[in-house]
Amino acid sequence: MIRDAFGLIYAGEQNINLRELVYLRTVGALPVGGRYRSIDFVLSNMVNTGIHNVGVIAQRSYHSLMDHLGSGKEWDLSRKSDGLFILPPYSSSENMGSYRGIVDAIKGVMGYIRRSKQQYCIFSGSYTIYNRTYDDMLKYHIDTGADITMLYNEEEADSFKGERFKDVRIHQNEEGRVIDLEINSPLTDSKKAGMDTYVIRKELLEYLVEDCVSRGKYNFVSDLLMNNLNRIRIMGFKHEGYVGRLHSVASYYKLNMDFLDVDVQQDLFYANNRIYTKIKDEVPAKYAKTSNVKNSLIANGCIIEGEVEDSILFRSVYVGKGAKIKNCVIMQDSEIYNNSTLEYVILDKSVNIRQGRRLVGDEVFPVVIRKGAIV
Amino acid sequence: MINKKKCVAMLLAGGQGSRLGVLTKHRAKPAVTYGGKYRIIDFPLSNCIHSGIDTVGVLTQYEPLELNSYIGTGAPWDLDSMNGGAFVLPPFVKGERGEWYSGTANAIYQNIYFIEQYDPEYLLVLSGDHIYKMDYSLMIAAHEKTGADATIAVIQVPMEEASRFGIMNTDEDMRIYEFEEKPKKPKNDMASMGVYVFSWRKLRSYLDADAKDEKSSNDFGKNIIPKMLEKNEKMYAYPFKGYWKDVGTIFSLWEANMELLQEQPELDLYDEPWRIFSRNPNMPPHFVEKNAKVKNSLVSEGCHIYGTVENSVLSAGVVVERGALVRDSIIMQQTRVGEGSKIIMSIVDEEVNIGNDCTVGGGGEITVVGGGAVIKDEVVIEAGESVNAKRVVKNTAGGGRK
Repeated sequence: MIRDAFGLIYAGEQNINLRELVYLRTVGALPVGGRYRSIDFVLSNMVNTGIHNVGVIAQRSYHSLMDHLGSGKEWDLSRKSDGLFILPPYSSSENMGSYRGIVDAIKGVMGYIRRSKQQYCIFSGSYTIYNRTYDDMLKYHIDTGADITMLYNEEEADSFKGERFKDVRIHQNEEGRVIDLEINSPLTDSKKAGMDTYVIRKELLEYLVEDCVSRGKYNFVSDLLMNNLNRIRIMGFKHEGYVGRLHSVASYYKLNMDFLDVDVQQDLFYANNRIYTKIKDEVPAKYAKTSNVKNSLIANGCIIEGEVEDSILFRSVYVGKGAKIKNCVIMQDSEIYNNSTLEYVILDKSVNIRQGRRLVGDEVFPVVIRKGAIV
Repeated sequence: MINKKKCVAMLLAGGQGSRLGVLTKHRAKPAVTYGGKYRIIDFPLSNCIHSGIDTVGVLTQYEPLELNSYIGTGAPWDLDSMNGGAFVLPPFVKGERGEWYSGTANAIYQNIYFIEQYDPEYLLVLSGDHIYKMDYSLMIAAHEKTGADATIAVIQVPMEEASRFGIMNTDEDMRIYEFEEKPKKPKNDMASMGVYVFSWRKLRSYLDADAKDEKSSNDFGKNIIPKMLEKNEKMYAYPFKGYWKDVGTIFSLWEANMELLQEQPELDLYDEPWRIFSRNPNMPPHFVEKNAKVKNSLVSEGCHIYGTVENSVLSAGVVVERGALVRDSIIMQQTRVGEGSKIIMSIVDEEVNIGNDCTVGGGGEITVVGGGAVIKDEVVIEAGESVNAKRVVKNTAGGGRK
């Protein structure tokens, strides 16, 4: 249990590869795995580590994020001292309310960082999905005398086809020091993929951010890390176990399908600590006599009268009689009426599919239906 | 008084519910699981907050641990408010002597100082034994309108069952002139629901008098209500229409769960403004494997289904292994049903581990397996049997358990 660290989550990622899914929400607020938002994973990881001071940097379209996080009660972060701080941008003499990069965003919340009483900062994005605590990583950081420790896992560069988002590849020497970094490189021969999670001492973070900003450099990986590889000691710490990343619509789809693998479920939900999320007090899922469900993840509040196969159903989804759903991700409150057929479809929240409709996509190009649409 | 409340609720949750057998061996009846995620007490607590009553005393006595930790701060029901909330009120030592709650009226009497803190006009007395959704604020409004000293909620029950209930005999304007507890020949079919609104000053004087009466058994039904009628106080029946179920027996608990599996259950749990809140186990969505079969059932979060589930209600974290069959049954939290085992018309309590190729129940009568039981492979538990909690059941060579 770490008492001497605070968490800082950058939830302002604008990943246009996610198309309609992020028109009205940030990547961190993206629903995944039948009942979670992607930010739930890093946030729960921090809480499970014993961190009770977490700042979440919001940027554009953060309403759904704020609605989701609320007071932080569900993560046990509604506290008298410390707790959860949602940090939206605001206009100041130095800032026009729109960040020029992650470093600029950290600069924008420097007041929160200065006020935090803890010595170490766990800094993370909100687009990676994994379950671990950070105790061992912090110990490694201290033992190796690192200035920054970055978390990575082994993943072949060609394991996700198509568009990439913040694909940071790491090259280490024998002692584990990071000697080179590449970002979104199609030519990389490194299997070590950064997980967008860093341990850094608070004062050093303050110094490096001010240093970058004073030179007009705002990018975290290419400016703050790459430019300082020789000046500071950056170490890489390996994560074993499942890692999901939200690069694109195709990888969003694949990530959700990964949840159907019992080993992945075990790793993400049962082996270590709990992943917390907003509670909705839904009724357990109801299966009618006419239902037929195979290889699927079904959340509470669903009512299933039709067929569901190889799919993820979020909370309170309705599947009418004779409807066939295969290889789909159906978000909260969507309704699929009688005799409709959906294959390789991602339905955003509260979509209404009328009777007898037919929508078919492909594994590498699933059909995405935007929030609230009526088909 | 800053903390003054118009109405304070007192929830009687100290009953053992002995007719639920092994299910209430280590927990009070209001903590019994229902509908795959709820505890019985979720219903009166949710009703309170939706009715605008934010101060609820929960009177516990029998096996209070599970109930106390379940209620906690009252946050799951939004009852962790600044000037009010949910308060667990166990019996306590006063002055030199401590005493148990000797009856329902005595439980209220012993907490007079808790109630007086809020200087309420009305006291709502509830029991933690029933499944129903009810807007108490309408009943309080009716109580105010008639200017009653006591208002008792009643529900129409089938005439042939009326002798199992407390029956209210009223005149045309619903004023009660007689109360009969479990009458052999009921005069009508208006049964008391165990929901009372009292004008607090009036009730307090009766509680004080009752406490001085050594012959009294300090019970609302047996003493307070008859005494108030005797003195000709204004007492009205408040007729309630809707689903109301006493889940006091193994059969009625099983039946109440099965009623949720109807196509349009009479009890609507999907009612958005009247959500039934409960403490959430925080588990991932449940997983149905490719060889699994689930029909006409309620399945909660965290379950893993590899076998067959029909006409059943499964609470959070239940595992049904390959080749297993669960039919017409209720399986509570974190229970595992081993490969090839058959569970028919049974209630299996929390954290039970059923081995492989077991047979539990067979229809006719309901079989009950108590919490934490470990059932070894190939054990047969006959229909109608009740297996004690925390007991390891061994398999005998010839199969079947002696």
